[in-house]
Amino acid sequence: MSIEIGQSRSSVIVENLSRSQIVMYAGASGDYNPLHTDEVFTTAVAGFPSVFAHGMLTMGATGRVLTDWFGSDAVVRFGVRFVRQVWPGDTLTATATVDAVHDEAGRTVAELTVTTVNQDGVAVVTGTAAAVVREEA
Amino acid sequence: MTVERFPVEASHILFFARAIGDENPDFAEGRVAPPTFAIAAAQFDPEWPLRPRPGTPWFGSGREASGAHAESRGALHAEQHFEIHTPMRPGMVLRVIEREGRSWEKQSKRGGTLCFTETLHEYRDVETDELVVTARQVGVREQEPVA
Repeated sequence: MSIEIGQSRSSVIVENLSRSQIVMYAGASGDYNPLHTDEVFTTAVAGFPSVFAHGMLTMGATGRVLTDWFGSDAVVRFGVRFVRQVWPGDTLTATATVDAVHDEAGRTVAELTVTTVNQDGVAVVTGTAAAVVREEA
Repeated sequence: MTVERFPVEASHILFFARAIGDENPDFAEGRVAPPTFAIAAAQFDPEWPLRPRPGTPWFGSGREASGAHAESRGALHAEQHFEIHTPMRPGMVLRVIEREGRSWEKQSKRGGTLCFTETLHEYRDVETDELVVTARQVGVREQEPVA
């Protein structure tokens, strides 16, 4: 695989986020926090306009831009800040950009900046990742 | 989250991959777990507070809009970082060790105080003690400005 600094890939990772997908993530991850699963609690008690996605749902979906590009088991580091909430109805686009390529423990590793934006172009997740660059067979 | 045994299983990986909208066959067929799958170890924490349990009051809605300890909005997830030393694959059994990290405060835009708390997790193979994943989580809680 040929990787150069400045190379970038984007994908739409969530389209018109449904409350049901948030519930799926609660069931799979084990995080049943009512802020994500319980509209009554979240609006009447916690005072938010609706339930919202787990930050980890957005992070997990963002990871797809990395694994689709470098390979399913190529990611060695992945860290993000959750900068805005993600609401039902949001459409998210994740972008990964290569900042550096270097050798690390005998492997070629790409260092990346990762950003996920909503339908208004506002960042919801920002972070960095590193992935092993494999030679093509 | 402290977990004695987190068995990495193919069907759990499938459900997790579906939930993040990822149809990658390596995940669907359980060859390897997605990079953020370590978080799902919460399923194996017997005392995980964000799962309703029989005999324990739950703070979400039932007959009323809120149950126990509804006065607290709880902490929000501010940051999450993973170092993946070895990709997680079905058949692995991991244990998760939790340690407290740093804590710090910042003024919020609304004049309150934002309290940040860092928690560190080590995921180790129960048989070999090999370090598989290191995770760092930052939670934030806002204290309202004093009137």
